[in-house]
Amino acid sequence: MTGGVWIGAPALARLMPMHLVLDGAAVIRSCGPTLRRLLERGDPGARDPVGRAFSDLFVLRHGPAQVAVADLLAGQGRLYIDGRGQGDLAFRGIAVPAMEGVLINLSFGIGVVEAVQRHALTEADFAPTDLTVELLYLYEAKTAVLEELRALNDRLQGDKVVAEEQALTDPLTGLRNRRALDLALERVARGVAVVHLDLDRFKQVNDALGHAAGDHVLAEVGRRLLAASRRDDLVARIGGDEFVLLMPGMDRAEVALPRVEAILAAVLAPMDWQGIGLSVGASAGMILSTIDPDLTGAALLARADAALYAAKRAGRGQVRLWTPDLWPMGEEG
Amino acid sequence: MNGLINRSIQCFLRDGWGVAVWDDAARAAGVPSQGFEPLLPYPAEVTERLLSAAAARLNRDSACLLEDLGTYIVSHPARAAVRRLLRFGGSDFRDFLHSLEDLPARARLALPDLVLPSLRLRQEGADDFRLEIGPGRPGLAEVTLGLLRAMADDYGALVTLGLDRVAPDGGAEVAIHLLDDAHGAGRAFTLGRVE
Repeated sequence: MTGGVWIGAPALARLMPMHLVLDGAAVIRSCGPTLRRLLERGDPGARDPVGRAFSDLFVLRHGPAQVAVADLLAGQGRLYIDGRGQGDLAFRGIAVPAMEGVLINLSFGIGVVEAVQRHALTEADFAPTDLTVELLYLYEAKTAVLEELRALNDRLQGDKVVAEEQALTDPLTGLRNRRALDLALERVARGVAVVHLDLDRFKQVNDALGHAAGDHVLAEVGRRLLAASRRDDLVARIGGDEFVLLMPGMDRAEVALPRVEAILAAVLAPMDWQGIGLSVGASAGMILSTIDPDLTGAALLARADAALYAAKRAGRGQVRLWTPDLWPMGEEG
Repeated sequence: MNGLINRSIQCFLRDGWGVAVWDDAARAAGVPSQGFEPLLPYPAEVTERLLSAAAARLNRDSACLLEDLGTYIVSHPARAAVRRLLRFGGSDFRDFLHSLEDLPARARLALPDLVLPSLRLRQEGADDFRLEIGPGRPGLAEVTLGLLRAMADDYGALVTLGLDRVAPDGGAEVAIHLLDDAHGAGRAFTLGRVE
């Protein structure tokens, strides 16, 4: 060795509060105050570490049971060390030759946050040059920022759900809107009944009593349609006094037709507006998707629409099931 | 990082004076009553509008209001994170004062957008200090005054504080006289969060 420094034990303790000095027989000759505290905390009533063999108190990962100085200095002195019988003490370290033995400086490595919490360490346990306190500061700052971000995400997610709901809802009736219907038609299930429904005397109410009365009628019809529908049905107002119902699981006309007739009866029942009794009634056209599994949602809707006009022409207040004769030759929808 | 500052003012008004005062100030300042997102940016003038609206609503001098804001940021239970982050600055109040020079760098480490003016501590006697606050954020000196008062309490130190040479650009000096390092017990602080 060319040159060297002599450093007293108290100075070494301040410089490296987690150091060990071992003699040539791997017996501890000096132990930093923080490391000493950690050892005593894990094993109250333990003997002073100074004078004990390194292997009594520590395990060298990937090393022999009885550690010699040469084992510590192998691999350029880079060490992973655990407390013997103290599974929660894990250190990274570096060993350098010192006199006949070795000087080891230990740190917590990446487990520092848990170690500081578990062992209730304070700023005084670390050398001022040690960045542990800064690391803890950063960890805590990061945690606080993450909590804020999570809260922000929750609020945005809540807003998104509300916005999506609003984007699919008809504000007047609370039913689904045209957009919601189009989305549902894109992935229309097998065996669905598509019902296009139109009020029979809405225009007269609107013209005679004004828009407020018209809006009242639409909202009331919406309530009745919802009341008459099943949980899986989609009920949409697609504009003016036009409504569409998608009824999954309807594959037989003899089941579907009575249901639509019941719905028309519910719409027909008188309603009150400012003491005036109104009855608007409705007509409906219906198609069952089972008639042709290849029809798209849009094609089903177009046929339900054709059936609706047939129902209107036939005298209103009734439901008409789509049949191929309603479809002029060569026309596609 | 105006969101964080605006959000602090929002919480300060809400926690200190109630939702109605916050709502009034927000309306007068033309900001939405649901308030600010701490991690989003807002135009600087929003902060100024909000502060003058709050001062008018509470019929208080805006300097006093800012000082109370500084105290609130440190001492209110809802803002525990800020107090803890500041306590990382030192083991006693004297240490903490010296760490203030690092505060802008520390703030940047936590939130890269949070730009604070430079802070310089001059020791003028054994127990006398002057904290020089650089220009850039008008109002920050008053907030700092309240914050230092609360941090002294937190450490259990007895101090007198005074604000000097407040410039329109926000530059200022805080005179700090430390009467007693360990006047009271202060509040406990551990590095690991186990309080």
